[in-house]
Amino acid sequence: MFDTLSDRFDGIFKKLRGKGKLSDADVDAVAREIRLALLEADVHVGVVKRFVNEIKERAVGEEVTKSLSPGQQVIKIVHDELVSILGGATGKLKGGSATPTVVMLAGLQGSGKTTVAAKLARHLEKEGKRVLLVAADLQRPAAVEQLRVLGERAGVPVFSEATDPVAVASAGVEEARRLGRNVVVLDTAGRIQIDADLMDELARMRDAVKPDDALLVLDAMTGQEAVNVAETFAATLPLTGVVLTKLDGDARGGAALSLKEVTGLPIVFAGTGEKLDAFEAFHPDRMASRILGMGDMLTLIEKAEESFDADQAAITEAKIRKGEFTLEDFLEQMQQMKKMGPIQNIIEMLPGMPKELRDADIDEGELGRVEAIIRSMTPAERRDTHLINGSRRARIAAGSGTTTTQVNAVLKQFAGVQKMMKQLTKGGKKGRRGMQMPGMPGFS
Amino acid sequence: MSKPRGGFAGFRGRLRSRGKLDDETWDELEETLLLADVGASTTAVLLDQVKARAVSEKVRDADALPGLLEAEIAAALHAGADRSLQRASSGPSAWVLVGVNGVGKTTTIAKLAAREVEDGHRVLLAAADTFRAAAADQLVHWAERLGVEIVRAQEGADPGSVAFDALEASVSRGVDVVLVDTAGRLHTKTNLMEELKKVLRIVERTPGALQEVLLVLDATTGQNGLTQARQFTEAVGVTGVVLTKLDGTAKGGIVLAIEAELGVPVKLVGLGESAEDLVDFDPAEFAAALVGANEEDE
Repeated sequence: MFDTLSDRFDGIFKKLRGKGKLSDADVDAVAREIRLALLEADVHVGVVKRFVNEIKERAVGEEVTKSLSPGQQVIKIVHDELVSILGGATGKLKGGSATPTVVMLAGLQGSGKTTVAAKLARHLEKEGKRVLLVAADLQRPAAVEQLRVLGERAGVPVFSEATDPVAVASAGVEEARRLGRNVVVLDTAGRIQIDADLMDELARMRDAVKPDDALLVLDAMTGQEAVNVAETFAATLPLTGVVLTKLDGDARGGAALSLKEVTGLPIVFAGTGEKLDAFEAFHPDRMASRILGMGDMLTLIEKAEESFDADQAAITEAKIRKGEFTLEDFLEQMQQMKKMGPIQNIIEMLPGMPKELRDADIDEGELGRVEAIIRSMTPAERRDTHLINGSRRARIAAGSGTTTTQVNAVLKQFAGVQKMMKQLTKGGKKGRRGMQMPGMPGFS
Repeated sequence: MSKPRGGFAGFRGRLRSRGKLDDETWDELEETLLLADVGASTTAVLLDQVKARAVSEKVRDADALPGLLEAEIAAALHAGADRSLQRASSGPSAWVLVGVNGVGKTTTIAKLAAREVEDGHRVLLAAADTFRAAAADQLVHWAERLGVEIVRAQEGADPGSVAFDALEASVSRGVDVVLVDTAGRLHTKTNLMEELKKVLRIVERTPGALQEVLLVLDATTGQNGLTQARQFTEAVGVTGVVLTKLDGTAKGGIVLAIEAELGVPVKLVGLGESAEDLVDFDPAEFAAALVGANEEDE
């Protein structure tokens, strides 16, 4: 997310570093670059203007001469400003006192409402809620069927009937009450905001179900139009927030900045992938850090904690200390890594990663091959790789659908890892740093 | 095709009341282009060209600007490029629709099919979006409604095999146009782009069949549209753009950059929900609509 914007700022601030003081000309140059970068990121023209003026005022003023170097000072100003724009309640629905509470989703065609409905339902179920998905998109052919399939995948019941959207919405809430579900997630048909009839239908649905939360689902790739869309939907629905989708692409997502600034609506959730659990709370501070190329360490740490098995780690650590780290442990470590999500996503979150690495195609298949090879070994072989002779190699290669050369490569790699660990253990305290992710620098 | 307006029409009104050209006039013109998603660099190029013409033609009246801008936009759109959909000289013509998620590929297929049926062509739909839940059901619905043939597979099946079956069926049944629907994919997903290349390779196995690779682009897309076009063109050789959802207030200005940088022509425009709302792209009309010179609401 936002890669290119942070590259851009990197470029600007490289020029500033090493200078003792900012001249007016410097400030103008920075302002121009920031303006361009934000425009290319699809931030709304009006927001860009306001943002750049603010930065200029603050940068030219006395603040610049204080303790930090001017470059860092400007980074801090830009960062603070981004946080202040992106800020607001996130990750939480407003909710209500009545049961069931109703969450209504609305947006343009193709923004990802149906997918978000399923993702949100799953997210809420994880929080202990009992959700009923209500499919009120009777417009797009097979939209109801799509939600049924996704609901099944998410393990959440889906309600719909072939009447009309307003009736489905009301009946859905009734059904939730009858089934004892405490949250209704209501999917609606995509509509263009200038279609008066469909906007009126939305208003009637609003009156029928009185949503506690009304979320606007917006594609992160949206351009200047984002603000128009948000303003018009907000005029019809009591919007409580925005869900920004398709953030796993390379759109710079300036819409996020514009929306919050112009409409005051908080960005509550972010859709970050095709899978149902690629859905997370939107974090303004982290996003601002990302924009500035400072990486997204907080998300990474959170992910690591979530998927990290402390007991298993303690066992592994003890083994490493004793120099008993085997392929079985290696496999275990790989599983823990995998739980954190695609490696590409993890790398994007790391601060200071060079652009080349962020853009590099990480071959997840390669990891799969390594896993297949290890899994094709007997437990004894995994514990002691010295057992693996020529015929065993051939068997492992056949079992994992690889070649003996590939098996050899894995064994050689692992021997290297083992050697490295022994050295680390000898280094005493220093050794601790290499514990969690052997062979994967930076993940300790 | 008279939908994009708003900013330009309003701008022209402001210019008229001002009369003389000054810095503020240019700033406003710039802002209006930016609001249309034309993008900072293309906007700069267009403004430079209009400025140069304003100087060489000694234009002092702000009223003349919309006309100049319209001419520059039309020129930037390679007016005269071949924007017709290509057809095979014999055998079926395969048109493959590609694009990111949610741009309207399946809907565009339905509209294209309706157009072709209207023209008396025999159409077959290939539901090669085997990923999105119920995508094939959506297409089946359209096939039934339009009375055209369809080849589909189970969800999660190999999209390449759907393309293969569709092409084979088209050859044997004497189909004129095969419309291949593919799953939406972000251009950054390497694996999915590889899968798409494979679908294209399979279509190419039927000699002469592959006639169009159409990138479907949502008019509300901002600057990322250029990246999308670049990546899809690199991967599967896009031959044309279908600009959808132009019936809102979005202007679709990013296509200027796409045509300028990649030389890929916009071929069709989606202006609404019904089949007749898919129309041929007309650069002059598009430019005029952008600038608002032919607006009745002035």
